[in-house]
Amino acid sequence: MSAHVIESKPLVVEHKEEQENYLTAGYTLKSWFLTLDHKRIAILYLLSVTTMFFVGGIFASLMRLELMTPQSDLFEPDNFNKLFTMHGIVMVFFFIIPAVPGVLGNFLLPLMIGAKDVAFPRLNLLSWYVYIVGAAFTMFTIVSGGVDTGWTFYTPYSTSSSQTHVVPVVLGLFITGFSSILTGLNFMVTIHRMRAPGLSWFRLPLMVWSIYATSIIQILGTPVIAVTLMMAALEKVLRIGIFDPNLGGDPVLFQHLFWFYSHPAVYIMIVPGMGVINEVVTCFSRRSIFGYRAIAFANVGFVVFSFVVWGHHMIVAGQSVYSALIFSILSYLVGIFSAIKVFNWTATMYKGSISFDTPMLYVFGFQGLFLIGGLTGLFLAALGFDVHVHDTYFVVAHFHYVMVGGLVMAFLAGIHFWWPKMFGKKYPESIAKFAMILVFAGFNLTFFPQFILGYLGMPRRYASYPDEFQVLNVMSTAGGSVLGLGFLLIAAYMVWSLVFGKKAGMNPWKATGLEWEHTTSPPPTENFYETPIVNEDPYNYANRDFTKDFNKEVKLGA
Amino acid sequence: MHSSEHSAHHPALAHHFQDLDQQKDATWLAMWVFLGTEIMFFGGLFLAYVIYRSSYPDAFAIASNALNVNMGLGNTFVLIISSFTMAMSVYSAQMAQTGRLVVFLILTLVLGCTFLSVKYFEYKDKFDSHLVPGRHFDFAHHHDPKTGAILEGAHGGSANTESTSHEAGHSEKARREIQIFFSLYFAMTGLHAFHMIIGAGLLIWLIVSSMKGRFSKEYNSPVELVGLYWHFVDIVWIFLFPLLYLIGRHHHG
Amino acid sequence: MSDDHSKHHIVQPTTYATILGALLLFTVLTYYVAFIDLGVLSNFVAMGIAVTKGSLVVLFFMHIFYSTRLLWVVVAGSFGWLGLMLVLTLGDYITRHWDIQHRIFF
Repeated sequence: MSAHVIESKPLVVEHKEEQENYLTAGYTLKSWFLTLDHKRIAILYLLSVTTMFFVGGIFASLMRLELMTPQSDLFEPDNFNKLFTMHGIVMVFFFIIPAVPGVLGNFLLPLMIGAKDVAFPRLNLLSWYVYIVGAAFTMFTIVSGGVDTGWTFYTPYSTSSSQTHVVPVVLGLFITGFSSILTGLNFMVTIHRMRAPGLSWFRLPLMVWSIYATSIIQILGTPVIAVTLMMAALEKVLRIGIFDPNLGGDPVLFQHLFWFYSHPAVYIMIVPGMGVINEVVTCFSRRSIFGYRAIAFANVGFVVFSFVVWGHHMIVAGQSVYSALIFSILSYLVGIFSAIKVFNWTATMYKGSISFDTPMLYVFGFQGLFLIGGLTGLFLAALGFDVHVHDTYFVVAHFHYVMVGGLVMAFLAGIHFWWPKMFGKKYPESIAKFAMILVFAGFNLTFFPQFILGYLGMPRRYASYPDEFQVLNVMSTAGGSVLGLGFLLIAAYMVWSLVFGKKAGMNPWKATGLEWEHTTSPPPTENFYETPIVNEDPYNYANRDFTKDFNKEVKLGA
Repeated sequence: MHSSEHSAHHPALAHHFQDLDQQKDATWLAMWVFLGTEIMFFGGLFLAYVIYRSSYPDAFAIASNALNVNMGLGNTFVLIISSFTMAMSVYSAQMAQTGRLVVFLILTLVLGCTFLSVKYFEYKDKFDSHLVPGRHFDFAHHHDPKTGAILEGAHGGSANTESTSHEAGHSEKARREIQIFFSLYFAMTGLHAFHMIIGAGLLIWLIVSSMKGRFSKEYNSPVELVGLYWHFVDIVWIFLFPLLYLIGRHHHG
Repeated sequence: MSDDHSKHHIVQPTTYATILGALLLFTVLTYYVAFIDLGVLSNFVAMGIAVTKGSLVVLFFMHIFYSTRLLWVVVAGSFGWLGLMLVLTLGDYITRHWDIQHRIFF
């Protein structure tokens, strides 16, 4: 043990675990629905985003079923339009964007920085309610017949032609946007103002840097989509002409405004996932992160560059070729920051003492799949290639590799990693490994054929296709079923573990970090028994004695 | 950690903050970050404005002349003065002069309401003269407020433009372009007025709270934060006034 | 945490009054300038005055002049981002017909 880690009067865990924790602090519905505790709000988010994930999953399954045969036999083309639209809306706005910040961010941020709560607990609860109201609008739309515009709501179709419920769903997303803004604002202020003594910026776990970067994007991007959707709704209801070419408006302007948010939104999705990877990869390699500052600043790079590449979504949409050129070059530059992170994670594992627990398996999955997703992104940033595969399954496969292969893998890594901290219970390890293999294999079987389909020219968003594409589509559907089974299995054993799981102990992974070493599992309502004082860098695995029992003592103060 | 002991047990201090200083810093930062969001929120509309004004400069100049510039100018004065009284409210709160605080807050509220009333009459005038975008939009019958002459679409006020074709579809094109100006006018001033209404609500809440003596030298963040919000709304108007009311005035002046 | 702890400077009424005077003066100025034909310059003058007025409000009424570096960054960043959006979008519209028309500007 190094001398500068002062272990004054550690607290023996046994006495503490009998005491109240945040889960036992109240059992009434009121104690949950009016809670100001960030950890309970995280659980509320976990329940709601999981629900939305399975709702979106049902839409995806129905689509894959339809695409088993070349004819549009299971659904009319009109209904197929609604299916992919609702799948996109639910997954993008109600699962991926709030998943990591809402669940892991809420649960971990105050714990990781040694605070009692986020800066504005009431605002935090409000964010969740705003999210629920937005989700309710969307659910209403689903029940009352759906929307068929695609999740992008491109004008003039959405404002002039579509006969479906565009306005309520747009309102729902407008409202949900504020949930995202308020969460970002809350987290940003929390990181600035609530850090424990001694926790300087470069001692923060990289997960916190990721959340910070995400917050900035949420704060600066989301209001733009809000005002854009507002204009689209006004256009639809009042015919004000801003986006309607018949009335002198320019539909491409809608795409500019839409992608000004929706491209950075991709980084709202993936950057916090990358944060999770930092924590897991160091723990299961027993090494300090390689290139801490490089990764920290790569987050800042994402913030800036995510906002200057939106035009690559519009290469064939009628923007000027010069603009397309600039956006193409800028899009290539974004790859630098992803590369910095991926190389550094790989270097972190080099000569590490790697163990293959489930969270680490998901990290491996993330590394491989994100690599494919990211590199095909570079293909798409090239003007000539983009013109060839634009609006084909190539694009679909690309963003599913980033979103599912990247973010969902990272989210599952995080959920498995911090599950013992959240509920004090261990999930069944061997079943979890099996489920991970199901998810990984099912995912690749689903989406790899789509790269080939897209390259061969199968356009996205159609219910029917030529016969020669059937083999690959059947493969994709088969993969989808495996993937779905994997997700269901995870949900089943996670719920099972809440009741039957083994007691986890405060630090089952022997990980570093305030949330593991300074408090019990589950933590008490105010997180720590005494405000921690930080006097070392994060991921200081070199300074830990792994022969010791990490589950016995809570560090107090320092 | 800064722990000013005297403020550690203030009733307004939330449990998870160390002291009032930390709480104040946090709320202050949060308010500025929120205003950053607001900038981008209005920013979407400003972007649409910039794009369409650069696309349809002549139509925008004609349409702008249909707005009542005197009302716009008057409202600018009203809003700037209200910003000053708001600033004085913040000063009074910081000096713990409750009486003056209440007076300045009420003055601010009155000026804000004046602004909104003027806006109401402007809107009503636009409704009456069919300048609201939509099915009943009709610019042909509109009279120039200064000369009394009927403005005929793009024919008026565009002497120095290069578009010389006067085909049959031309005035229909001009009508659409002018309608876009009014769409933006209503969207931008409407969103601004909506912010003013929220601001007025906040002011009423502040007046009640300060009458109850809630604010002191140590604790006056609500006044400061509403002040920031009010000034921000003022800044939006500072840009809206020249952008909407003052385009191409020299053609008709 | 003490890295950018603000001192919350109290701005004096005389400062507020001076700024008020300047704002009113600039308002009158922008009004009269609008009636003079300056060609393209009109826009720049109008926007220049608006930016000046806005800056005065931000710096003094909103106390940014006396604030921490962090708040300067927040303010500059927010306006910078708006600029980013305007410039990159406008870039598209300005260059959209370059390949058809042999004109460089507008």
